[in-house]
Amino acid sequence: MAENNPFPGENNTGHFWDDNLRELKNPPPRWWMIAFWASVAWWVLYAILYPMWPALPGQAEEGKDFTPGILGWTSIKEYKQGVEQVEAVRAQYDEQIAEMTPEQIIEDAGLLQYTLASSKVLFGDYCAGCHGSGGQGNPGYPVLADDDWLYGGSLSKISETITNGRKGAMTAHANILTEAEVDQLAKFTVELSEGGEGSEAGWALYNEKGCVACHGAKANGVLAELPTGEIVTVGAANLTDSIWRFKPGGYESAKHTILYGVNQPGVEQTRDAVMPAFSDVGQLEGKLTPQQIKMLSVYVHQLGGGQ
Amino acid sequence: MSENTSGGAHSAAMDEIYAEAEQWHVNTGNETIHAKRIPGRWRTIKWLAASVWLIFFLGPYMRWDGRQAVLFDIPNRQYHLFGVTVLPQDFWMLSLLLLFFAILLAVATALAGRVYCGYFCFQTVWTDVFTLIEEKLEGNPAQRRKLASAPLTGRKLRIKAIKHLLWMLIGFATGFSFVAWFYGAEKLWQDFFVGNANAAVYASVALFTVGTYVLAGWLREQVCFWLCPYARIQGVMLDRTTVVPAYDERRGEPRGRMKKGETEASRSTGDCVDCNQCVAVCPTGVDIRNGQQEGCITCGLCIDACNAVMDKVGRPRGLIRYASLDELEGKSAPAMVARPRVWVYTAILVLALSGIIYGLSSLSAIELKVLHERAPLFVQLSDGSIQNKYTLKVLNKTNEDLMVSISVEADVPVTVSGTEEPIAAKQGEVNPGIVFVKIEREHLGAERLPLTFVASAALPNGTEIQASRESAFFGPRP
Repeated sequence: MAENNPFPGENNTGHFWDDNLRELKNPPPRWWMIAFWASVAWWVLYAILYPMWPALPGQAEEGKDFTPGILGWTSIKEYKQGVEQVEAVRAQYDEQIAEMTPEQIIEDAGLLQYTLASSKVLFGDYCAGCHGSGGQGNPGYPVLADDDWLYGGSLSKISETITNGRKGAMTAHANILTEAEVDQLAKFTVELSEGGEGSEAGWALYNEKGCVACHGAKANGVLAELPTGEIVTVGAANLTDSIWRFKPGGYESAKHTILYGVNQPGVEQTRDAVMPAFSDVGQLEGKLTPQQIKMLSVYVHQLGGGQ
Repeated sequence: MSENTSGGAHSAAMDEIYAEAEQWHVNTGNETIHAKRIPGRWRTIKWLAASVWLIFFLGPYMRWDGRQAVLFDIPNRQYHLFGVTVLPQDFWMLSLLLLFFAILLAVATALAGRVYCGYFCFQTVWTDVFTLIEEKLEGNPAQRRKLASAPLTGRKLRIKAIKHLLWMLIGFATGFSFVAWFYGAEKLWQDFFVGNANAAVYASVALFTVGTYVLAGWLREQVCFWLCPYARIQGVMLDRTTVVPAYDERRGEPRGRMKKGETEASRSTGDCVDCNQCVAVCPTGVDIRNGQQEGCITCGLCIDACNAVMDKVGRPRGLIRYASLDELEGKSAPAMVARPRVWVYTAILVLALSGIIYGLSSLSAIELKVLHERAPLFVQLSDGSIQNKYTLKVLNKTNEDLMVSISVEADVPVTVSGTEEPIAAKQGEVNPGIVFVKIEREHLGAERLPLTFVASAALPNGTEIQASRESAFFGPRP
């Protein structure tokens, strides 16, 4: 073709159409070609250094379903190293906390901050399911952010509750009390919770029917106060405050609880009030260590109502 | 092209198109521009403008109050500008600064063309220095071209090696100086050469070294042609009144070489002697006589070249000069103050600048943020009162640790807990604190009550400083 090229010396490929339409040899600029080949080289180098190819079918082993690359880098390895670094930073705080009581942690602003931040995750994993993400409670599950505590709101009591769990108990009075007595007691508790003194007849019935045994002489859920300031309770509700253990509260709620009790086996409409034990000591795997319980006690105590 | 044609008939129109295509020439990097260096007024101005870049190299060694005067401390998120420390929270000022410079570029371009490209741009300045080194080592453009096509000898190898080594050294100095602004010059000198600096430092210096070497040594004007977005943006900012280096076509044409024996009075040509000096000195290799074009960075070197020739041939200077299109065509340009563009640009510049000055002068020493707890939004306590929880964040922007006390202002009586002890606010950090506010049921007139948190602290010199933040108290519907 070259011998009858009608356009000699213009560097064409020798391909012509329609007399004068022809293909020229105009290679891309050299820098462009260098960059092109450099990226090809980069690709080859990458394949040698890093995992790139999936293993052949049938060749894949557990954790080795790709060519490893001579650097041995994997993203999961990098992730694990990152976790190790974080754990190393956390370890120094955790070691200090292990040596301290919850009271001492609260005194130390820096460690308190660390405890609150890291327990937020624990609280989310173990507590929020029932008590809500911020301890705001749920129907049937107590609010942790208020100052009303069935079993005491001191650090040691909170820790005790998490460790061993709690199970309330109240007799079902459907077959014990008359309808009129239930009505009177329900009205009595409503009156107390609204700040009233309570009628004499009400107090008489309260004492006579044995409510006093658990709810205490002042109907505030306290059986006795120790000289240390600690209170003795069996977990019975404080009837004199404005907070209701079982929502929505008020006359109907009170009546229901009196009739069917709490955690009564065989009573279909009884109230459920059970918190499992969270300590891993002698328990199943996946529960909380004493250190975690210590930190969670501080967290719950700081939610707004710790005593 | 027609003389090549053996088959097929061309119309005259086609011939014209081919002729035009033949003239249309774009250098895509396959030819190296070897520009001639000549002294002149604009050459001097170019060096003066370029010397501003010395600040880039020397700035990190400036001291202020016992530390580097300007240090962008990224790991600690503190940006020291002489006596002022700016934290990331004040970065809205950066956007004003960027606006200021963007508009400054627009103003300069609208009034005087691509002066930034021609005089200040690092690509121009570094390329200028690189080609100066090339000239010192390899000689004038003719000698350079000769050396480039000569076979590889010991001499050529030596010259080339020295040149590339010097280029690399300049590239290294560029990267090193850049990192010094962020890492601290003193620390960089101590750490860098013994391997104690971190990987980011070495990577940055390496990138800058290679980047400078490739961009200023190899790509040169190709960057202005194909890589730089500003070159394209600036092209559309020009108008008929913009002053750019321009060839006075009316005076110059028809161009023609000087002929022996022809007197000035009898010549039939224009003032242009077609000596091609304006093309020879152009760092981007364009011919200014074709008019304003994308390759022109308005550096004015062709003006110097042309003036020198005009002096020699005894014709008046200014055949190529800084002039607007209107001026060349004999129209009168409106005065600068009569151009709305100037006023709009000036207004934006003043606005951005006053924003920055206001920001820098009113940097508060502490900043308070209040986050209201959402779950629960409020809690009823056993006595019937309502409690809200707030997480406070106190940012201490001073250089001292402070004890910040918190108080709450409200229209109704409130009980506040968590503020008994002041928050120990470490310098340069965000320091958290938790505050509970309690309001009796009878004072809760609405679901939402306004509250104001006030943080106050005393500086070591006794000055009281304050920061406040409005928040709200939530309760059940009354």
